[in-house]
Amino acid sequence: MAMLSFEKKYRVRGGTLIGGDLFDFWMGPFYVGFFGVLTIFFAALGTALIIYSASQGPTWNVFQINIAPPDLKYGLGIAPLKEGGFWQVITVCAIGSFVSWALREVEICRKLGIGYHVPFAFSFAIGAYVTLVVVRPILLGAWGHGFPYGIISHLDWVSNVGYQYLHFHYNPAHMIAVSLFFTTTMALGLHGSLVLSATNPQKGEPVKTAEHENSFFRDTIGYSIGTLGIHRLGLFLALGAVFFSAVCIVISGPLWTKGWPEWWNWWLDLPIWS
Amino acid sequence: MNMKYGLAFIAVAAGALLAMATLMHWERPPMASTQLGPRGVGMVWTQNPRTEAIVKSKNIAPESDPPAQLSGIKVKDSPDYQNVKVLGDLDVEEFNRLMGAITNWVAPDEGCTYCHNPENMADDGLYTKVVARRMLQMTRQINTMWTPHVQQTGVTCYTCHRGNPVPANIWFKNDGPPHAAGMSASRQGEGLASKSVGMTSLPYDPFTTLLAKGAQIRVDGTEALPTGKPGASIHDTEVTYGLMIHMSEALGVNCTFCHNSRQFASWSESRPQRVPAWHGLRMVTDLNETFMASLQGTFPKNRLGPSGDVAKVNCATCHQGVNKPLYGVSMAKDYPELRVANP
Repeated sequence: MAMLSFEKKYRVRGGTLIGGDLFDFWMGPFYVGFFGVLTIFFAALGTALIIYSASQGPTWNVFQINIAPPDLKYGLGIAPLKEGGFWQVITVCAIGSFVSWALREVEICRKLGIGYHVPFAFSFAIGAYVTLVVVRPILLGAWGHGFPYGIISHLDWVSNVGYQYLHFHYNPAHMIAVSLFFTTTMALGLHGSLVLSATNPQKGEPVKTAEHENSFFRDTIGYSIGTLGIHRLGLFLALGAVFFSAVCIVISGPLWTKGWPEWWNWWLDLPIWS
Repeated sequence: MNMKYGLAFIAVAAGALLAMATLMHWERPPMASTQLGPRGVGMVWTQNPRTEAIVKSKNIAPESDPPAQLSGIKVKDSPDYQNVKVLGDLDVEEFNRLMGAITNWVAPDEGCTYCHNPENMADDGLYTKVVARRMLQMTRQINTMWTPHVQQTGVTCYTCHRGNPVPANIWFKNDGPPHAAGMSASRQGEGLASKSVGMTSLPYDPFTTLLAKGAQIRVDGTEALPTGKPGASIHDTEVTYGLMIHMSEALGVNCTFCHNSRQFASWSESRPQRVPAWHGLRMVTDLNETFMASLQGTFPKNRLGPSGDVAKVNCATCHQGVNKPLYGVSMAKDYPELRVANP
C-alpha cells in the first residue's frame, strides 16, 4: 500500500511497551507490535467462538442470535460451555482484544511522541464494557448479571434491567449520562456545521478561517470556545457521558435495590423544606 | 496530555461522585438475587438481605388461638346471643374464640368496646360493629370467591389490620392539593412526588380510574410500528405506569416479577405470577364496589376521604411490601369459619 512521502520519517523503532524489537514492524500500512498480535489472537478466537456458539443456537438471523451469560446459580464460577460458558470465554476474548488494542495505541503514541488522548478516550469505552460484564457481576455475585451478546437480546436485557428499578429515568447517574450524551451530540452538531459553513462560502468568496468561526459564535452567544477548545470540550462531554453511564449501571443493584424514584427521598427530606 | 485539562476532568468527576456518596443514602453489597426469567434476559429480583430482614420482622403472623372446645350449641339457637346476622351458624365456643381473635387482630388496645356497647352486646349503635359485620362478609367473599387470587392461603382480618382499627394502607379519591383556577387549574393529576406511585411524578391517583368497575388496561401497542390509528393517550399510559409502580411497591418486587418488559402485554412471555395479579386487580375492584362502597353511609365523616368517599383497598392493604402477605403463612386455615361462603 502506498505510503505518503512524509510518513516514512514517523516509522521509527522503539516505544514498545513489551517484546522489544520482536514485533516492532509494519505490515502494509499497519503497525503490528506485540499487542497487535494479541489483538488478532483474541479477536479471531472470540469471533470464531461467537460463530460456533451461534451455530448451536436456534437461528442464523443476525438480529436474533443470542449468546447469553450463565444462570445466576453458577455464581462467579465457570459454567458449562453451552449454558453460558461460551459467553464467559467470549468475554475474556473481548476484554483481551480491547485492552490489547488500547495498548497498541499507546505504543503508536510513544513512537509519534504525541499525547495519550486516543488510548485514554478508548479506555473509557473499555471501562464501561468491563463495568457491565465484570465489575457489576462481581459486586452482585454472579456472572449471570452480565448482558447477553446479541443485537436484539442485549436491548431486551437493558429494558428489563431498567424495569428492575421501576423507573430508570430517576437514576441520578443515568440523568447525568443522558444529559452529557445529548450535549456531546449538540456540540458536535454545532462544531461540524460551523466547520462546513466556513469551508463552503458563497460563490466567489475565499474559504474562511478560525477568525470567522470565532466571530460567528461571539455574535450569536457572546463566546467562542475556539478551535482547540471545542475538541477539548467534545472529549470531556463524550468521556463524561461514557463514565456516568458506567456509574449508572454499577450503582443499580450493588448500591441500590429499590425503585430509583424513591432514592430521591433524600432530596425531599432535606431540612430546608421537610 | 494537558495537565490542566486532565485535572479539571478528574476534579469534576470526583466532585460529582463525592457529592453522591456523602449527601445521599445508599445501600451496599452483598445483595441477594433471584433469577426470574431465562438467563441473560435481565429478569432478576435483587434484594438487600439486611432491609429484607427488617421487612420480615414486621410481617410475622401471630400464633393462632387453640381450636375451640365445641359446646354443641349454635349461636343462633342460644338465647344469650342476639342480632348475630353473619356468624349464627357457628358453635358458641367457636364464635367466642373468633370474637377474641378479631379483637386482637383489629382493636387490641381498644378491646371489645371498640365495636360493642358493653351494656348490650347486641346493640348496633356503634358504627364500628356494622362495619365489622360487613367486613366479615368481605373476608368470606375473598376466601371463597377469590381463590384465583388468594389460593388456599386465604385471608383473615389480620392480613389487612395488623392490630390497627383502620388498616395502615388504604386509599381515597385524591383530587390533589388546592390549586389555582383558570388555565392553571389542572396539573392532570400528576407531577407530585407521591407515595401512592412510589415517589414518581406519575398520576398520584391511578386507583379511581383503573380500580373502577370494568376498567381495562389497554395502553400497550399491539404492532411494532405505528398503525396510524390513535393509540392510548400519554396520560392513560402514565396512569397505568402509576398503578404498576403501586403494585410493585406494595409487593416489594419489581416490574420483571410479572412481566418481560420486551412486551408487557404478552401473556406468553410473562411469568405465571401475573395471573394471580390480574385476578387481584379484579378482586380489589369487587371489594371496593361491593363492600366498601356499601359502607359509605355507615362511616362517620372523619373516616371519609377529603372528597367524602369511603376508604378503599388496594394491593398494599393486604400485601404491605411482601409479595405473599405475611410470607404466605395461612392464618385462615386455623379459622375455617372465615372460609365459608356468604349465604
